[in-house]
Amino acid sequence: MIDMILLYDFALFAQKAGLIVVVFAITLGVAAYSTYGERKIAAFLQDRLGPSNAGPWGLLQPIADGVKMFTKEDFIPNKSERWIYILAPGAFIFVALMTSAVIPWGTRLTLFGMDLDLQVTDINIGILYIMGFVSLGVYGIMLGGWASNNKYSLYGAIRASSQMISYELAMGLSLIAVIMLSGSLSLRTIVDQQTGFGWNVLYQPLGFILFFVCALAECNRAPFDMAECETELIGGYHTEYSSMKLGFFLFAEYINMFISCTVISSLYFGGYHFPGIDPNWLGGLMGPIVLFSKIFFFIFVFMWIRWTLPRFRYDQLMHLGWKSLIPLAILNMLLTGAGVLLFEG
Amino acid sequence: MTPYIFLTLAIISVITALLMVLSRNPVHSVLFLILTFFAIAGQYVLLNAQFLAVVHIIVYAGAIMVLFLFVLMLLNLSKDTEPQKSNLWKISGAIASGSLLLTLVGAMRGSIAVQSPEVSDPGVGLVENLGKVLFTDFVVPFEIAGILFLAAMVGAVLVGKRDLKL
Repeated sequence: MIDMILLYDFALFAQKAGLIVVVFAITLGVAAYSTYGERKIAAFLQDRLGPSNAGPWGLLQPIADGVKMFTKEDFIPNKSERWIYILAPGAFIFVALMTSAVIPWGTRLTLFGMDLDLQVTDINIGILYIMGFVSLGVYGIMLGGWASNNKYSLYGAIRASSQMISYELAMGLSLIAVIMLSGSLSLRTIVDQQTGFGWNVLYQPLGFILFFVCALAECNRAPFDMAECETELIGGYHTEYSSMKLGFFLFAEYINMFISCTVISSLYFGGYHFPGIDPNWLGGLMGPIVLFSKIFFFIFVFMWIRWTLPRFRYDQLMHLGWKSLIPLAILNMLLTGAGVLLFEG
Repeated sequence: MTPYIFLTLAIISVITALLMVLSRNPVHSVLFLILTFFAIAGQYVLLNAQFLAVVHIIVYAGAIMVLFLFVLMLLNLSKDTEPQKSNLWKISGAIASGSLLLTLVGAMRGSIAVQSPEVSDPGVGLVENLGKVLFTDFVVPFEIAGILFLAAMVGAVLVGKRDLKL
């Protein structure tokens, strides 16, 4: 009986497996070249050149970095919790990579006469699935910081986890408004409701700003990079890490940024829809192109903010999270609810 | 296929739950408990209750266990600081829990084997149906649970504000 099921599902299985591998490769590629982009943008904003020696325009810099990470000494502190210390970076990058499973990258791709669905799985609670994995992201940082047996690491871990818990709340509340508007938790449905100029950001300007700020905080990006905070905590939760374990932590941060930008584009900016452009053009390739241009724009904004704004103080961060963002998110939720009742009821 | 997945998940959840109780280090216990929650969430998915599975992960693994871990990290539990319990305590604990086990087994022995409930509608666990049921058939218990949470929140704020004049 199992053989029957396997035979029957094999075509679907192969298609999904292929899509997962492609999404995995693209995520890693974007994360790798985000490090290059970050350096180039930082250099541009600070009137420098940035990486320029490895390959033309320094384009091979991420590969050089990867080789450097792999060949450095892999150091494990003597009094650390050995297994948890090893497990933490893996857990962090695993959680970061899992979120891409429910994102619709486009409508359908027609390739060699075959019809390919450009979403790994369209579960009816897609956005909650993402929130679930976002809420698990804190474990990698916490366990890594605690297992290092270093007080600066522990401080970084505690700061990062309390920050992530606090901002998750406002993020969820601003998300509820979008869910109320669309009446669905499935990302595919939310995206398909935003054809043409019907982007959610036009109905949810406050919600978008709240979500964006929370996404910055969830990714531990400046101005909310309390977890690292080089000037106070050496390197925060990854002070004791070296070699590719450190690489995993840094890499997972860029993956998180990529996924956050994807979720922002899908929830508020129409995903693969753009006015005047049919996502089915070029055999369905137009959808992903539109989506990725939006994603790259938001990655640029993330970097722009990082190299423009100074870091918050820790109490300011908590103040902003609990006393400004959460009340505003609740207000936004109430207004949206009233609007939905007025115009659709 | 489904029975095999069920068995795998069940075995994982039992083993991790045992490891949670048996491990010496409280942080390891928390990690094993998180694995148990994941196995249970898998069971929810098998029952077609995806919403429940995800909420289970968000609330238990994503929030409550993070707080547990938070407290444990700050407490600095190690062999030196942890109070050593004498053998008398261990023996009395073993006797007490053993008699509880005997009582439970004795109570369950005579009962009829429970039939697994037949789910008439496979979509009953999906978020739409769950929401409709919660806001129509079970609206009173739902609201009471909400008030309970509100009371707990107010209580937490009161405990946190020590110098509050009443």
